[in-house]
Amino acid sequence: MKIIETKDLTKVYRENGNEVVALENLNISFEQGEFTAVVGPSGSGKTTFLNMVGGIDSPTSGEIRIDDVNIGTLKSSKMIDFRMRNIGFVFQSYNLIPVLTARENVEFIMFLQNRSQAERTKRSAELLSAVGLGDRMNSRPAKLSGGQQQRVAVARALASRPKFILADEPTANLDSKSAETLLEIMEKLNHDENITFIFSTHDQRVVKKARRVITLVDGKVESDVNTKLHE
Amino acid sequence: MEEQNKIHKLTIPQSRKLLPFGEAGWGLFSLSWKNIWRNKIRSLIIIFAIVFGVIGGVGIVAFMNGLFHQRIQMAIGNEVSNIQIHNSHFQSNKELNDTIIDISKLTSVLDTCKKIKAYSLRIKTVTMINSANNGEGIMLNGIEPEKEKKVTGIYKYLKEGNYFTDKRKNGILIGEKLAGKLKIKMRSKVVVTMQSASGNITNAAFKVIGIYKTNNSSFDGCNAYVRKSDLAAIIGFGSQTAHEIAISINNDNESSGLVASLKAKYNEDKLSIESWDEIMPELGLFTGVMNYILYIFMSIIFLALSFGIINTMLMAVMERVREIGMLMAIGMNKTKIFLMIMLETILLMLTGSIAGLIFSYVIVNLFGKYGINLSTVASGLSDIGFSSMVYPFLETEEYIKIVIMVLIAGIISSIVPARKALKLNPSEAIRKL
Repeated sequence: MKIIETKDLTKVYRENGNEVVALENLNISFEQGEFTAVVGPSGSGKTTFLNMVGGIDSPTSGEIRIDDVNIGTLKSSKMIDFRMRNIGFVFQSYNLIPVLTARENVEFIMFLQNRSQAERTKRSAELLSAVGLGDRMNSRPAKLSGGQQQRVAVARALASRPKFILADEPTANLDSKSAETLLEIMEKLNHDENITFIFSTHDQRVVKKARRVITLVDGKVESDVNTKLHE
Repeated sequence: MEEQNKIHKLTIPQSRKLLPFGEAGWGLFSLSWKNIWRNKIRSLIIIFAIVFGVIGGVGIVAFMNGLFHQRIQMAIGNEVSNIQIHNSHFQSNKELNDTIIDISKLTSVLDTCKKIKAYSLRIKTVTMINSANNGEGIMLNGIEPEKEKKVTGIYKYLKEGNYFTDKRKNGILIGEKLAGKLKIKMRSKVVVTMQSASGNITNAAFKVIGIYKTNNSSFDGCNAYVRKSDLAAIIGFGSQTAHEIAISINNDNESSGLVASLKAKYNEDKLSIESWDEIMPELGLFTGVMNYILYIFMSIIFLALSFGIINTMLMAVMERVREIGMLMAIGMNKTKIFLMIMLETILLMLTGSIAGLIFSYVIVNLFGKYGINLSTVASGLSDIGFSSMVYPFLETEEYIKIVIMVLIAGIISSIVPARKALKLNPSEAIRKL
């Protein structure tokens, strides 16, 4: 079942009067439960693609359909609500709220969704345990390592029970061990709970774990390979 | 429409739809409070600025309140009383024969009015008072001492002598300033020259039985008191004749209501019935000024502080561009972003203001109890009727008004930084270093 589908997705930036084509006529679809890496050199359009699919940037032309909803037709307020309920984000530099504890960071999105205290407490504890931070729930980000912070970010992304998670270079700031741990956690979540993960990455460790690798060059799809099939 | 319906398939049930307040509101409040303390030094600096601003503003307002309130209370208590009744021509001309007509009918009504604490009949005449050394033009007040005691408090300000307990005729009570001008002292004799009821000029000798000193040296310099019966006999008035009825009431807030009801009853009698603020409009102006002085001073202070707060909050927003971008990306809507920044601004102002108000409350009450001694400028203050000992005060409702002003200033100050936050593009903000 397709949960994400792009049709002739194009993004053109205008900088100092010059047009820069970031994405050009992309036609890509994602099934529920995929574990996909979007790779490519710097400036190939990976982050732009993730921003488009995540609804935090709008296309110049073309369509993005999520569960058959053309998100380009949604008004700004509906789009924000849609993002909150359907898309999880993991960022390269974690972007946790420094004044909140790990648990409060995970709970925050559920606050926004007006979930009950009991539900928030239960789910945040479950998620932090799932990412191996059950004993660091009351620590603030500054007291956590980079890998631990990124795991909190994954738990936060999962808190709203999203349809899929977009992770922009999630291992870029992590050491090998932390990156390995993070990838294992995400792989397990993907396997056990059928959560869809889409990464943009340069990291070969991520690429190796991915079951599908889409290579972008100059805003176009150079290759789209189902690696597990090839194995 | 079809597109919208499809969205519901994806989203959580309608019953859990996000509300602007409720638990999410509490979450925002909690986050905003924590955000204030990210940069403790910066927040504390602006909080201290607010604390000192509030103490300064409250201090000035409380001081002015004390100064004006004491002046008004002294004027009511010693000079004019709450309400005065005259013949309608008397106040403009001070003619001796412009006495109150049919006074017994009026006093019988005053006797039954429960709002009235006491009243006193007065004969007032402009006279020339002469001692062996000097002469002055004064207002000579013929009073009924026992009744007058219940209306005005001159007897409390006696420096020497007695308040007509000396039963001998033609005793006179004069102000210290007048005594100084006339170069007289206790038991000195003075001669008062005045017009009689028949239109002739008449003289009478009085003996100084008391010297008083109020906080209003101008008043002391031109007012003297004698028994009404003595003055009536000299002028040739009957025992019930009076130019003025001074009325003291239980609650000054009822002055204007009582004046209106008396006016409605006695309009045809050509009486002038006035409350203290009509008799002494300069004091009425004080009341008007007091009502606005809080707003004027606090508005100026909060306006000045607002610029500092806007600057602080703009810095706070610019430091958190990436985080705000992330919040937008994960689904925090514009209303909540705006509310978060607004709450931070308001909480910052409220923290400073409440701390400032607590300090102000202690300081104002301390000085309210022990007073502020302005004896170095006492003579200047006394010339314009103010006491040299000022007891500042601020009513509870004025503290509440300040808190409301803080909230308004906080809301206004938050608009610029909140708008700045709203203008951020999440996709660009997330990538900011």
